[in-house]
Amino acid sequence: MTDQQPTGAEIVMKALADQGVDVIFGYPGGAVLPIYDALFKQNHVRHILVRHEQAAVHAAEGYARSTGKVGVVLVTSGPGATNAVTGLTDALMDSIPIICFTGQVPTHLIGNDAFQEADTTGITRPCTKHNYLVKDVDQLARTIHEAFHVARSGRPGPVVIDLPKDVQFAPGTYISPETVTHRTYRPQVEPDPKAVAAAVDMLETAKRPIFYVGGGVINAGAEASRTVTELVRTTGFPCTMTLMGLGAFPSSDPQSLGMLGMHGSYEANLAMHGCDVMVALGARFDDRVTGNLTKFSPGSRKIHVDIDPSSINKNVRVDLPIIGDAGRTAAAILAEWKRRKAKADRGALKAWWKQIEEWRARNCFAYEKTDQVIKPQYALERLRELTRGRKTFITTEVGQHQMWAAQFLRFEGPNQWMTSGGLGTMGYGLPAAMGVQIAHPDALVIDVAGEASILMNIQEMSTLAQYRLPVKIFILNNQWMGMVRQWQELLHGARYSESYSDSLPDFVKLADAFGAVGRRVTDVADVDAAILEMIETPRPFILDMCVDQKENCFPMIPSGAAHNEMLMGPEDRREATVSDEGMVLV
Amino acid sequence: MSDIRRHTIAVLVDNEPGVLARVIGLFSGRGYNIESLTVAEVDAQERVSRITVVTSGTPMIIEQIKAQLDRLVPVHAVRDLTLGGKSVERELALIKVAGTGDKRIESLRLADIFRARVIDSTTESFVFEMTGSTEKLDAFIDLMRPLGLVDISRTGVVAISRGPKAL
Ligand SMILES: Cc1ncc(C[n+]2csc(CCOP(=O)(O)OP(=O)(O)O)c2C)c(N)n1
Ligand SMILES: [Mg+2]
Repeated sequence: MTDQQPTGAEIVMKALADQGVDVIFGYPGGAVLPIYDALFKQNHVRHILVRHEQAAVHAAEGYARSTGKVGVVLVTSGPGATNAVTGLTDALMDSIPIICFTGQVPTHLIGNDAFQEADTTGITRPCTKHNYLVKDVDQLARTIHEAFHVARSGRPGPVVIDLPKDVQFAPGTYISPETVTHRTYRPQVEPDPKAVAAAVDMLETAKRPIFYVGGGVINAGAEASRTVTELVRTTGFPCTMTLMGLGAFPSSDPQSLGMLGMHGSYEANLAMHGCDVMVALGARFDDRVTGNLTKFSPGSRKIHVDIDPSSINKNVRVDLPIIGDAGRTAAAILAEWKRRKAKADRGALKAWWKQIEEWRARNCFAYEKTDQVIKPQYALERLRELTRGRKTFITTEVGQHQMWAAQFLRFEGPNQWMTSGGLGTMGYGLPAAMGVQIAHPDALVIDVAGEASILMNIQEMSTLAQYRLPVKIFILNNQWMGMVRQWQELLHGARYSESYSDSLPDFVKLADAFGAVGRRVTDVADVDAAILEMIETPRPFILDMCVDQKENCFPMIPSGAAHNEMLMGPEDRREATVSDEGMVLV
Repeated sequence: MSDIRRHTIAVLVDNEPGVLARVIGLFSGRGYNIESLTVAEVDAQERVSRITVVTSGTPMIIEQIKAQLDRLVPVHAVRDLTLGGKSVERELALIKVAGTGDKRIESLRLADIFRARVIDSTTESFVFEMTGSTEKLDAFIDLMRPLGLVDISRTGVVAISRGPKAL
């Protein structure tokens, strides 16, 4: 290729290599064949062939979230692109950096309802951070490099690049990443020092402070979690995490109150309710976290650190907004704290911890111990104990099992926990685990699943087989769409409309059919042995854990209720107290 | 809610395909309302367009709208002309009135008072061109209704801050 110009397809491959991409997840089709041809002729970038385009995006999300890198996807036009939409929306909601190339019909056919044409930029506009339709091959390299910049900077997110087939064939000029800067997109990363000083003023005088840490800290990189951990320990304040923030602060640390929100801990929610100074770091006051907004943490002054100015004052009025990267801002606060040789109000803090310990003593995640039936919480506790000390990554599907996993598993560091928080996408966990395993071939990667969710992307078992990915699928099989059943029980008079998982497959045979190992456990006594076998087996594995069908997930803040109005267990029914307003909430 | 107020917001954007759809999609997707929206390229060399959007909401919603607009990748700048000091607003309308006799004469007389210009006339119609504030246009149009108003085309509001400073 000395004087010959590269084609659009070759430019794509070259740009990926220059962006340090080593793996992409994809599925071929007519409108991307030139790129697949260019892929065939090179060996910088490895392609993982998924079995459904939605799974390609989730796999890229798992890859991205477990490595801190950008995940890359390649799909064809029309149905390839529309299949990717759920994954893109998921990545947008959880701020995961993704580049998704979609094939498109040739430029002269756009708008003609050509075969496998879809208005991909139109469809994906509201579910991407940004998208591009590249009609000029000479703009291709610049666009790709710009797209990587947009995907990973500021609040990360998915970016679609729609590529008409003629552009993939056309020869054009390649330019390297260093030569590309974006005209306008430069998010503010460093916090305003005045705001940082004001934050430290508030922290110094706080009587009942709390750190409320979200996924933004995970997105800010592993260093950010270390900084936040140091900040929390230096101040001696309690720290709670959102579903997306788990791992940002070690859960074994006594200062951790665990997860907050709808199924969060009693101590975390009551501490949020009763605090006088709240420091939100990379968290967005999501409705799963706040419960009833009008009753949310009524007596506190709030500091909100976020890289996305639109997150500030969206749901909750805050007293001190700080725009900036969560890690850099935590570092700035820590530096200012140290510079001042600041001390927390020791006396007040002692009383606050005494109160928190009383809440903690309530032991809110307690469940009935029995040897008659496998309690899902017990299965997860055993999973936690038997994987202790191993490099373990957990992904989940969506439902009760997801919440129990968040409550009962422990995360000591960032990037080990992958779950669909914002969109709540059933079918996320298996492909995400695939992406994690690709990035960490030697690690133990477990998808904590429900029997209903797992069927939503079960075809990916075939991908596991092809690439010999020893992903473990840990099904908490309650034969119900448990979370739906729980809501029907609490809010709809126990009318279980269409929430029973009828006609389930035999998961052991299903594993076998896909070349994996399958085991079913029905007896409490067999739980440990089965988990150990799963861990030791260097192959994909389905563990069908048949658990208590009736178990519900507690504590629970019912819709429309406040943090201090939690339901603590099955005896704590408050059906009658859920307001009409609460009933319409999801 | 009582603290709902009308705001005029100016947005400078890259003039690239889809940018208007992004802005409109943001308003519809998040349930904000658009009272008026105008757009045109203002710098051909840099390919920058200026969008003027009139919307209403509580201070919190208006703050959200501005932050959401600013977050769009092709957006260069967002300014709230209602909050950011004094500004002037204008709208242009083309108004067609059909009729003969007294009504026709009366429409011409009112147009003169309102400083509307006649830019097309037949024996049985006028097209008036009028520039002014939204309220002034509304008032004139209301007066034309009984006089044979048949068609209206309005540009929507454009606005600019007073004084020497640029956006
Ligand atoms: C794609 C999708 N469809 C529907 C839902 C609504 N939904 C939330 S949880 C749930 C049930 C999940 O059942 P299962 O996977 O068995 O998990 P369990 O709650 O029983 O642990 C459903 C249907 C969803 N979150 N995602
Ligand atoms: Mg289930």
